[in-house]
This record gives sequence, C-alpha cells and structure tokens, in this order.
Amino acid sequence: MTLLSIEGLGITFGGIAAVKDVSFSVRPGEIVSVIGPNGAGKTTLFNMISGVYRPGSGRVVLNGEDVTAMSPHLLARRGMCRTFQNLQVFQSMTVLENTIAGYHLQESGPVLADLLHLPASRRRARAAEQGARELLRRVGLERAAEREAGSLSYGSLKRLEIARAMALQPRVLLLDEPAAGCNAVETEEIDHLIAEIAASGVAILLVEHDMKMVMRISNHIVVLDHGEKIAEGDPATVSRNPAVIAAYLGAEHAAG
Amino acid sequence: MRLTTKTATLLALVALIALAPLFFPSAFYYRVGALIFVNGLAVTGIVILTGWAGQISLGHAGFAGIGAYACALAPVHLGLHPALAILLGAGVSAVLAWLVGRPILRLKGYYLGVASLGMGILISMVLNNERDLTRGPDGIDVPDLGLRAALKTAGLDLSNGEFWYALCGIVLVLGAWLALNLHDSPTGRALRALHGSEVAARTVGMDVPRLKLQAFVISAVYASVSGSLLALQNRFITPDVAGFMHSVEMVTMAVLGGVGSVAGAIFGAAVLTLLPQMLTVFAEYEQLVLGLVMVLVMIFLREGVVPSILRKLRGTGE
Ligand SMILES: Nc1ncnc2c1ncn2[C@@H]1O[C@H](COP(=O)(O)OP(=O)(O)OP(=O)(O)O)[C@@H](O)[C@H]1O
Ligand SMILES: [Mg+2]
Repeated sequence: MTLLSIEGLGITFGGIAAVKDVSFSVRPGEIVSVIGPNGAGKTTLFNMISGVYRPGSGRVVLNGEDVTAMSPHLLARRGMCRTFQNLQVFQSMTVLENTIAGYHLQESGPVLADLLHLPASRRRARAAEQGARELLRRVGLERAAEREAGSLSYGSLKRLEIARAMALQPRVLLLDEPAAGCNAVETEEIDHLIAEIAASGVAILLVEHDMKMVMRISNHIVVLDHGEKIAEGDPATVSRNPAVIAAYLGAEHAAG
Repeated sequence: MRLTTKTATLLALVALIALAPLFFPSAFYYRVGALIFVNGLAVTGIVILTGWAGQISLGHAGFAGIGAYACALAPVHLGLHPALAILLGAGVSAVLAWLVGRPILRLKGYYLGVASLGMGILISMVLNNERDLTRGPDGIDVPDLGLRAALKTAGLDLSNGEFWYALCGIVLVLGAWLALNLHDSPTGRALRALHGSEVAARTVGMDVPRLKLQAFVISAVYASVSGSLLALQNRFITPDVAGFMHSVEMVTMAVLGGVGSVAGAIFGAAVLTLLPQMLTVFAEYEQLVLGLVMVLVMIFLREGVVPSILRKLRGTGE
C-alpha cells in the first residue's frame, strides 16, 4: 500500500532544471532515503513535496489525494510534516515553546478563549505542554526546555526540529539532513529515533549525507544527480550501481 | 516562588497606577496620567501586531480616528449611548482591519505597512473633508460619557481628572491582561512562531495569513478603544487623531520601550507622553525627536529599553 507517491515531479529555476521528472513512492513504516551530491536537487524535491515550492510539472499524491502544491499548513492537517536542512527554529522562543508549536493543530482554538484565558484554552495548552515535555525527553532535550532556542548548539537544534515535527504525529515525515553537524553519539541517537518513528508506522523520507547511516536504516534509496533520478533500489543494490558510484560515492571518495 | 512575566507586569502596573497620584505635584497630572494610559493601550495593540506577529502598520491612527469619531457621531446621529459608541467604533475598526488585512496578508513581505499607510491617510482625508458630518479640521464636540455623574449619585464623587485617570487606568490594565493572556496562549505562541520562521510555522499547520489577520484585527480594536477614550475625556476631537504622525508616534512608543513586551511598550508610551508635557520645546521638535528616538533605539537597544534592561539584570543576577 502506497502512502505517498511522487509522480514525474520537476521544477526549473531561471531555465535550469533543478529537479526533472522524479518518481518514486513511500509506504507506511518505510524509510526511503534520497541521496545525491551537493546541488543534486534533494532539498528542492522536499520543498516541492511539502508545498513550499510549486512544482513545474508532476504530481504529489498523499493517501490517494492529489496534494500537488497544496499549502504546507493543509498538508500538515493531512499528516505531512518536515524538518529543514537550514534550521528553521523559532529562535527567540524557548525550546519547550518550539515543541509546543508542533501541537498547534491540536491546541489552537477560538482566539477569544485565548484572550480571556478561558479554562478551555488553558486545558488545550496544558495538554500540548505535557506532550511537548515528553517529546523533549525522547530527543534528550528535556533539561534545555526553558532555554531560548537560539542559544542551543547546532546538533541540539536538529533534534529540536525533529521533536517539533513529531508533535504533529505525522503519517509522512520528511527529514532533510537530520544528522548534519551532529557528533557520532548524537548521530546514532538520531538514527535510533528515526528507526523508532518508522517502526510506529510513519513513512519517512530522508535526505542524509552520512552514508553509513543511510545504508544502515533505509529500506529503499533514490539517487539524484543533477536533478534526475539515476538509480533506485535497496541499499545493497544501489551501492553496487556503477552510475551511483561514479556520481556520488565516487565524488565523495575523490573529495575524501 | 518565581513570578511569571504576566503576574509581575500586572502587579507593577496596578501598583504604579494606584500609587502614582500620591506623588502628583498638581491635579494636572491626572490628565497626563490618563493620556499615558490611553497611549499605552494603543501601543499594547502594536506589541501584539509588531512585537509578536512581526507585522508593521503605519496607519493604526486611522483606527483611533474611527474609535474617536464613533463616540462623537454615533450618540448624535444614531442616538447611541457613548459607551455603546465605543463598542461600535471597535466593531467598525475590526471589520475594516479584516477587509484591508485579508487580501494583503496573503502576500509575502511588508505590504501591510504600505496598505495600512494608505488606509490611514484615507480615513484622515475623510475626517477632514466630510465637513457636513465631521465638521472637518476644526474638530467636533464629543458627548459626555455620563459615567462620572452616575458614580456621583452612587456616592463616589471624583473630579473629572481623577475619573478619567481611574477609568483609563482600569481599561489599560484590562488591555494588558488580555494581551498577556494571549502571549502564552496557543494563538500567541503561533504569532510569535510565524514571526520566527514563517515556513516552519506553516509546516506545523499554522494558517499564517489567518493568524496575521487576527493580530491585525485585535490591534485595530486596541487602537480604536484608545481613540474613543481620548475623545470622551477631551469632550472634543480633531482629525489629527487619525493622522500619520499619530501612527508613527504609536510605533515609536512601542519600539522605544520594547516592541516585544507589554511592560516595555507602556513604558515607551509613558516616556513619549510625558516628554512634551514637561518640555514645551519638545512639542516644536516632536517629529525630530521621534525620528531620533527611533534611530537611537535601533542602533543601541534593538529590543527596546525595558527588555534590554531586564536582560542585563537577569544576566548579572544568575
Ligand atoms: N529558490 C531557488 N532559486 C534558484 N535556484 C535554486 C533555488 N532552490 C534551489 N536552487 C538550485 O537548485 C539546485 C538544487 O539545489 P538543492 O538545494 O535542492 O540541492 P541539494 O541536493 O539539497 O544539495 P545539498 O546536498 O547541498 O543540500 C541548486 O543548483 C540550487 O542552486
Ligand atoms: Mg539540500
């Protein structure tokens, strides 16, 4: 059963194709990784799927519904959430508030109730706070809860973004380089966390440069190069593919 | 026990309002106090719109104008009690803010600043030019609220200055309470979140244009009630209340004290209301001083006076 299917997605910037005719699909509980060299179009692909960019061509189908170019807040209602490669945290809010923000769809209600501090408003806020504290515990940030998010390390902010996205209890979660800037221990923690989320039935779409991590946790890998899909398959197949070795692994070896 | 910002702000505000009269050199200061409270109310609305939601309005005086002229006109032409005219003004302001904000806030960028500027100018023009209704630039009389007389028959005899000081003080505390409630509520959190990162706010399900619109409408109501109270206590109003300078004044007050904090904004309102009362030369150079304050705050105290000081205190305290 397919939960998310990407059909011939493409976009051009100033006449240059950043992503071209990319198709693949993701099932519940599956971890699908999108890999490729810098500038291959991975983030652009995420931006199209998550409604941040309007695709030039192709379709995004979520749970049987065409959600192409749908606004991110409506996608959130349908169970899609994402994290960002270039951190997008609410800098001047506390770590706890950042996470509570992930509960927006559950905690928001009539603005009048909020202005008047009515019991209904307080109840919603309290439930969100409880959930948020629990999530912060899961990502190991419970002791930083009251700190201003802007004061956290890069690795911690990455985990904060994951916690905020988890708060939505998404059915599809897009993670754009969740382990970038994290040390080995943190990377392993994030690794476990992703596996855990997938095990609970969430479809995960992952962009990650840490190849060891990708090979270890992915069920399926899609390889992009210059905006085009050059290969796809399970980790073992993809890592043996000559085109992939040339385009990606080769580039990495050359760089290393 | 640590006080929350909300409780601390409200306690400090109530204490200041209640105790300040003990130090008044003359009865004239009741009037100055009431003006501070009226401005503080409008600026609290700016805090919600600009400090939290990150949206800029350059036409908020337009809503103050609507609130003020509702109190001047509705009792005469519609036979409405002045107290109900305050509500009518607030309602009209809210609807207008909604109509102006709805199409504009769907666009990305600072279009609200331009649109609200145009709206403010338009309201000001109507108030100046519709002489048959508003009597134009010369201004118009405003009916008595009648509450002071009612209190007198009930046994509470206040001078005019005392009455308006108390009433505006109470409304300001109420306005501050509502704003502080909002700050830590789901809506307030969402407003501050979209200010921090609009794209992240959208991906967690926030309807960003709708939230911005809510902030704009709420702040318009604050400005409108502020205009009503000004008109009712002066018993007279001119179109200046809706003028561009008044809009700039509101933003400057908020920025001076700290646009992100209710306490700061009220402090800013107090400073910029007191200055012209104490220094008559200030009145002549008002525009110059407002501009200078804005530039200096932006360079030296980006967050405004009050949050900057609080941060310093906390920094050394811990
Ligand atoms: N908004 C935009 N306007 C113009 N060009 C863009 C825009 N967004 C992306 N691009 C271009 O599209 C191409 C793909 O970029 P993208 O960020 O998707 O790569 P990526 O695979 O995520 O790379 P990285 O591994 O470095 O994150 C790049 O050439 C980039 O310059
Ligand atoms: Mg990228």
